[in-house]
Amino acid sequence: MNAISFDLMTALPEILVLAMAMFILLLDLFLKPANRFLIYVFSQLALLGAAVITALTHTSVVEYAFNGLFVDDPLADVLKLGIYLATSVTLIYTRSYISLRGMFRGEFYALVLFSTLGMMIMVSGQHFLTLYMGLELLSLSLYALVALDRDNASSTEAAMKYFVLGALASGMLLYGMSMLYGVTGHLDINGVAEALLNGAPDHGVLVLGLVFIVAGLAFKLGAAPFQMWVPDVYHGSPTAVTLFIGSATKIAAFAMVVRLLIQAMFVLAADWQGMLIIMAVLSMAVGNIAAIAQTNIKRMLAYSTISHIGFLLLGFLSASLNGYASATFYILSYVLMTLAGFGIILLLSRKGFEADKLEDLKGLNQRSPWYAFLMLLVMFSMAGIPPTLGFYAKFTVLQAALQAGFIVLVVFAVIMALIGAFYYLRVVKYMYFDEPEDHAAIVAPVDMKLVLSINAIGLLILGMLPQRLMDACAYAIIHSIQ
Amino acid sequence: MIFQDYVFYALAAILLFAGLRVITARNPVHAALFLVLAFFTAAGIWLLLEAEFLAIALVLVYVGAVMVLFLFVVMMLDINLDRLREGFWNALPVALPVGLLMAAEMVMILGSKHFSADMLNAPAPRPVGYSNTAEIGRQLYTDYLLPFELASVVLLVAIVAAIALTLRERKDSKFIDPAEQVKVKRADRLRIISMPAEKESVSAAEPAAENK
Repeated sequence: MNAISFDLMTALPEILVLAMAMFILLLDLFLKPANRFLIYVFSQLALLGAAVITALTHTSVVEYAFNGLFVDDPLADVLKLGIYLATSVTLIYTRSYISLRGMFRGEFYALVLFSTLGMMIMVSGQHFLTLYMGLELLSLSLYALVALDRDNASSTEAAMKYFVLGALASGMLLYGMSMLYGVTGHLDINGVAEALLNGAPDHGVLVLGLVFIVAGLAFKLGAAPFQMWVPDVYHGSPTAVTLFIGSATKIAAFAMVVRLLIQAMFVLAADWQGMLIIMAVLSMAVGNIAAIAQTNIKRMLAYSTISHIGFLLLGFLSASLNGYASATFYILSYVLMTLAGFGIILLLSRKGFEADKLEDLKGLNQRSPWYAFLMLLVMFSMAGIPPTLGFYAKFTVLQAALQAGFIVLVVFAVIMALIGAFYYLRVVKYMYFDEPEDHAAIVAPVDMKLVLSINAIGLLILGMLPQRLMDACAYAIIHSIQ
Repeated sequence: MIFQDYVFYALAAILLFAGLRVITARNPVHAALFLVLAFFTAAGIWLLLEAEFLAIALVLVYVGAVMVLFLFVVMMLDINLDRLREGFWNALPVALPVGLLMAAEMVMILGSKHFSADMLNAPAPRPVGYSNTAEIGRQLYTDYLLPFELASVVLLVAIVAAIALTLRERKDSKFIDPAEQVKVKRADRLRIISMPAEKESVSAAEPAAENK
């Protein structure tokens, strides 16, 4: 038997996260309640360790491991660093929220680490099987996280909806993959790409498979017309879990789109461009118009996510390296904005009180001018008002679409962004021009206050100096996609 | 037609019949038993394809373990069939065209010349003594080690999630934790609610006094 090259070093961050997740499961059994905070410390250490390894072992060449089932390219490194950052910030923001609601348990942190592992696998998947296993690992952990507050009826309902629709989406994705396998005879991304390049064997079957894959991906991303689950799940989940679903997981879904549509099926670009145009238009319309009618801020942010996904798809459908780089930039900026936005909601929540209605933000300026200012930055950034990060992200995506010649689409996107500005600015109006209804003092741990401030101010600073982040995204895309 | 063809068509017919009955049987226990039949005939088709290991695993794992457990669950639960079936006729006008459309699309794709038998090369006959059990094992632990390990992590997550979601402390436990008792605060036991003063108390008190 020939020597087997597993090349475990390439997958070291994944191995560390997996080992730490299992260690936390075991540690939880032996800890006294007073020492429970150690679980949190170890989770953060796991993410930090993985980040250090990813950064140190970074090279600009594409490395394969596990017989080509796993890839470590610059894109994977950049996206993984984004995932660690988003997960770590999520854990900082949610610590006091979950401990006040009796969810500060080993399982919460173990499941978060397992879903992080799933995301890392999705980012590094170079084979349909690997991608699918990563996706299932992520989804299964998320279903459990949503339902973890099990005595809460709305969480249970959200978990049920998420589970059923998520299973449907996985089924569609698998069906599409099986079609591709039937035609090309390959399951690995490079093999499929090569087979398609050497004369696509049968266009009809390929497009059928493509339709199912795109539908499955759209479900996971939350793009219209597959967006039904997004508002319900965002609304019903505990805010801590909503933050996690809304931020880090979108990076993984983004990576899956890159691997499947761009790397495996670039030959079919003309076919998926049309599908993405329909999805982008619908997402921007549904997201921005439906958000106006929301009174719950979590639902409003859910529709805002849908519209952001529409903008993200604009970056993809230009089918150029420039467009992919702008899409990478967009997803990372979106994650930063979402983190800060939900961070404020978590900050205003306290024991037995969820600050999830728009009215709860009324008069925030009188209660705390600083947090009102931070929320103002987040809302400006989400609306895309210069000089915030959101403006630059929208700008690059629109520029890429314009270069590819989608002028009508760009005009439509700008109109939708204008409509969207209405409900973001309404939040600002509530904070600055209304009298507070709620006078409770805002209490939060120091680390959360500090990170939240850095997070929101970062939106402003990165908006003015976006070049380094943009360069990193362009570098990752150029060195990863041939 | 050779003998194998007759066996295949017989098995396929039974499989289709069993599959249809799974979704049309009124009694859930019968539906589960038809599913067992479907698994069994599918295992037979796998044997025809010379995939002995998969055929045996299907019978052992699905028929032997999963379906037996499933039958127990179905028998334990009191499933209200009428509630499951309500809404069937309302959904039919939409569901039927969509279903037919999807079926037609699949027939057009799968029935086209691209999936006909002569497009696919016949597999080379296996040498004597070839063991597909060993071959599956070799593939699983070498080429496909990563998905295999990931599958085990997914199972671990399933276990963790199932325990986290269902494990509850017993309500009838008589165990007392003194530490918890000492920590009790007034707010946990006593709730002070503000009520408007009762103005009618005088008139309300009088009939009570008469009754005495």
